[in-house]
Amino acid sequence: MLERLRERITPTDIVMWMIGGSLLVMIIWGSAATLLAGLYTPRHWLDFVIFGLAQGSVYALIAMGYTMVYGVLRMINFAHSEVFMSGPYTAYYVAAAFYRSGLLESHPVLCLLAIFMVSMFISSMIAFLLEKIAYRPLRNAPRLIPLITAIGASFFLQYVFRGLYGSGFQAYPVVKMLEGHWTFIGIRILRFQAVVIVAAALLLAALYSFIQMTRVGKAIRAVSEDKEAAYLMGIDVDKMISTTFIIGGMAAGAAGAFYGIMFKQVHFFMGFIPGIKAFTAAVLGGIGNIPGAMLGGIFLGLIESVGPSLFLDGLGIVAPYQLKDAIAFTMLVLVLIFRPTGILGERLAVKKA
Amino acid sequence: MKRTFILFTILALMIGIAATGAQAADAKDPIGVVTIKKGEPVHIAYWFVVAGENASLGTDTKRGVEIAIEDVGGKLLGHPIKLSGQDTGCNAEGGQAAATKLASDPTIIAAIGSNCSSEAKPGAPILWKAGITTVSPSNTAPYLTDPARGPEYEGYLRTAHNDKIQGAVAAQFAIKKLGVKKAATIHDGSVYAEQLQAVFAETFKKMGGTITSQEAVSTGSTDMRPVLTKIATGKPEFIYYPIFIAEGGHITRQAKEVAGLEKVSLMGADGIFSPDFYKAAGETAIGMYHSSPDFSAFAAGYKDFLAKHQKKYGEKPLAPFHAHAYDAAMMVLKAIEKVAVKGKDGSLTIGRKALRDALYATKGLKGLTGNITCNKLGDCADPRIAVYQTTADNVKKLEMPDKPFWKPY
Repeated sequence: MLERLRERITPTDIVMWMIGGSLLVMIIWGSAATLLAGLYTPRHWLDFVIFGLAQGSVYALIAMGYTMVYGVLRMINFAHSEVFMSGPYTAYYVAAAFYRSGLLESHPVLCLLAIFMVSMFISSMIAFLLEKIAYRPLRNAPRLIPLITAIGASFFLQYVFRGLYGSGFQAYPVVKMLEGHWTFIGIRILRFQAVVIVAAALLLAALYSFIQMTRVGKAIRAVSEDKEAAYLMGIDVDKMISTTFIIGGMAAGAAGAFYGIMFKQVHFFMGFIPGIKAFTAAVLGGIGNIPGAMLGGIFLGLIESVGPSLFLDGLGIVAPYQLKDAIAFTMLVLVLIFRPTGILGERLAVKKA
Repeated sequence: MKRTFILFTILALMIGIAATGAQAADAKDPIGVVTIKKGEPVHIAYWFVVAGENASLGTDTKRGVEIAIEDVGGKLLGHPIKLSGQDTGCNAEGGQAAATKLASDPTIIAAIGSNCSSEAKPGAPILWKAGITTVSPSNTAPYLTDPARGPEYEGYLRTAHNDKIQGAVAAQFAIKKLGVKKAATIHDGSVYAEQLQAVFAETFKKMGGTITSQEAVSTGSTDMRPVLTKIATGKPEFIYYPIFIAEGGHITRQAKEVAGLEKVSLMGADGIFSPDFYKAAGETAIGMYHSSPDFSAFAAGYKDFLAKHQKKYGEKPLAPFHAHAYDAAMMVLKAIEKVAVKGKDGSLTIGRKALRDALYATKGLKGLTGNITCNKLGDCADPRIAVYQTTADNVKKLEMPDKPFWKPY
């Protein structure tokens, strides 16, 4: 038993484990020191968690698109961050029109729903066209080629939107109904964050049950398991791949509308950072695995919000929030060292290896 | 055969003339010369952030330069003036790329730029290596004119104020006018923001105040609530965040949402003193303060300038540095005029080192921002910094306040 273990462990593994181990020790030490210092009250921690959940649900929705596309096509759709950007950027013009006409004041719920729909529709259409024009002709090309195409498509979309809407940013109007905060059982929560968290949770649940329970969902899962077998079983593979892109685009468009509500600013480059983070989240959760992407997104949002204070404050690092991104990617490194398949990725890895 | 011989002779003669000409010219200037033939333009380049989130800053300064060129009639010593430019993106990479592009063009005589200090840090040495002197209208980070900056910045000057002054004014304002005792700062890791908040914190502490925390955010981040919650644990009464428009907008919007910061006073600096910032921050900007150049202390010619600006672009200036850009352009044009040697054939010869020396020797030039006199390190401004407060009207009309709220003098 020991012999076999020794054979399997390479020096690289040992180095990786040492890196991972020392990172873990640092994290535990930092957290302990922060908690002992007692600078933050439980209310602060609760605030951090709520902020993290709101940001995390946006990541989770975007990560869905990455993971589903990976599931059916085995490619990373790097243009997904532009799919995310296109929806809310276009919906901004709808929002601004509502605001100018006073409709946003008088019928805020209807207007929000309309903004939401527009954002989802545009994003899903961009995703659909992207697949049809850029990826379908390369379906049977070597793996690297669609990947490069995706990067090219990403730049193309960015600059098309820059050309369409300008290089500056636009600011979403404020929805009065969503300003301020609510208090539930002593927990203070910002209104729009509450709305975003609840709506995102519902959407994620709906998406998950769609994939699990409907015929189309089943067909998509079949395509992602084995394209040829699915084809032989009478499933229209092309249609299922298109559907996957449309669903991923819808999730991204919804995430974009939430982003617009939470952060107000939209511009042509806004997709880049959330896109990279959501991709990280998808890998964290186990790429190709849908609940994994959701979990990864929420986890990443939480880590970004809680992590700098919890891990780094205790280590005496000044201005820890500058290292927010570093923490997010360190988490990715840690997960990849100890669980190369991602948090929920094991089953999938066994099947497809 | 004979014809070939004549051809060769002519060719040899031509090469000889060109060679002696170049040699004679080179001998005059240790770095090199630019010769402008008759009818060819005097080429000046800008490197400003004219696209993206911070485009208002670059557009504002570009317009200042354009008006300056118009004011001299678009001509210098009988040659037309040509203005070209590169976008710098308000980051180090953009500054480096823009400077490299400018440096590869040998017709460029002098440059005006950059906007953000992070651009100038890698960019100015690249330009100076190519012999191009640059005058910045809006770099304010102390490092750029610090004695420790190194010889690679010898071709760098600025008409903008040094943040040693701006940071101190902001701290004086917080203590003397607002009477706050505890303050926090936020920077974004850029040379400008980091050094400005450091000067603020130092002065604030010296004057008896307490700095509860000096935080930082990364550029491009949007969720500022966690970092603001961290700041709230120190219970500051005042937050100074001299950063740029996108992140500054997020902080302004989100600060009042965080428990414990509802009553805190917010203050930004000249980097977010722009209508675009009001767009980013919306109504949450009402009541906040900005440190910025004192427009009311500008020279009498400033009114004329504003009228020309309104006529040419149909709007008020977009950021605080148009007048500094105008002065920078005037400085460059005057210096070229001083060192340019007119040839008999109507050409102009300009020595690069001579131009740099002439710019550094600028003394008592009557500019819009005041009397421009350069010191040994290239600080040429006559800085008067004031504090402005944003009103509801400013946000509604997307216009900067034009009357200072408080002055240190």
